[in-house]
Amino acid sequence: MTPALLPWRVATVAAVKQESVRAKAILLDVPDWPGHLAGQHLDLRLTSEDGYQAQRSYSISSPPDGLLHLEITVERVDDGEVSPFLLDELRIGDRIELRGPIGGYFTWMPGEGGPLLLVGGGSGVAPLMAILRARSRSGDRTEARLLYSARTVDELLYRSELDSLAAAGDAFELIVTLTRGAPDAWTGEEGRIGREMLSARGFPAEDRPRVFVCGPTPFVEACADALVALGHDSSLIKTERFGPTGDVK
Amino acid sequence: MTEEVAVLDGNAAAGPLAALFAVEPTTMMITCERCGREGPLAALKLYGGAMGMILRCPECGTANLRFTDAGGQVTLDLRGSARLTVPDPGV
Repeated sequence: MTPALLPWRVATVAAVKQESVRAKAILLDVPDWPGHLAGQHLDLRLTSEDGYQAQRSYSISSPPDGLLHLEITVERVDDGEVSPFLLDELRIGDRIELRGPIGGYFTWMPGEGGPLLLVGGGSGVAPLMAILRARSRSGDRTEARLLYSARTVDELLYRSELDSLAAAGDAFELIVTLTRGAPDAWTGEEGRIGREMLSARGFPAEDRPRVFVCGPTPFVEACADALVALGHDSSLIKTERFGPTGDVK
Repeated sequence: MTEEVAVLDGNAAAGPLAALFAVEPTTMMITCERCGREGPLAALKLYGGAMGMILRCPECGTANLRFTDAGGQVTLDLRGSARLTVPDPGV
């Protein structure tokens, strides 16, 4: 066979950061990483001592900037076989196999125009974070909004960084909604993202926003259907679904 | 296939499919042989995982691509696709 166009590479864990009660950001050193676009993902492969392999896809949450570590955000999948290892066992200096960058559809580059509507459910916010970080670092001032749905305040990812981005005064607005109860002092939204919230807090269809929706499959389908019902052009809505495929019994 | 199987989309097929294509697979336009819907591979519904997967038309459910990686062989079965279009890399 000819050499793979997308070779497996050995990455070294440079840092691990707790991002929420259920998730960590894993920062990786990858020699000869060819660079990536905001929104792309990578495949990660674990091999056990007896040769059994498990493979999962993770969105890249770091922006395309060769000076930074490559970052993925891993959220615990109950009964999963890969996420508990990554969250509980992985240490700085450990080596893991990955290949990437992967994907060209769910990607964003500065200067594409807008407005930009990002809709994330749970850890589906990870590739959207790469887009927001890329937007901020590039100086792109396209009007942008992130509608981010999490179950509880403890599960919010990148919370302080998102708050800083929203406070930067560069036409980015953060809208967070909690679906399983909010603390008393909560001033954000509550409940699921649906037609009503997309209409009230998104951009009107006439503005022809570029939309990126990422989250679990039912979340993505509900949001995409609601956007189409609100008159958004389906060709401007890019979707990416994730789920615990390999972990399903 | 049971109801519990998580249905993803063509984005998650990009890594495995990269073994077969010289172009980025998710932006490839696929035309369904049955209903004629044309759209990016990323928007197809994905059943299965890295070892074996079926990509179905989101409109009519027809299997447009089947992919297996087993026994040292990678196989792509394109029955169900009428057409596969990519931008001319030379343009």
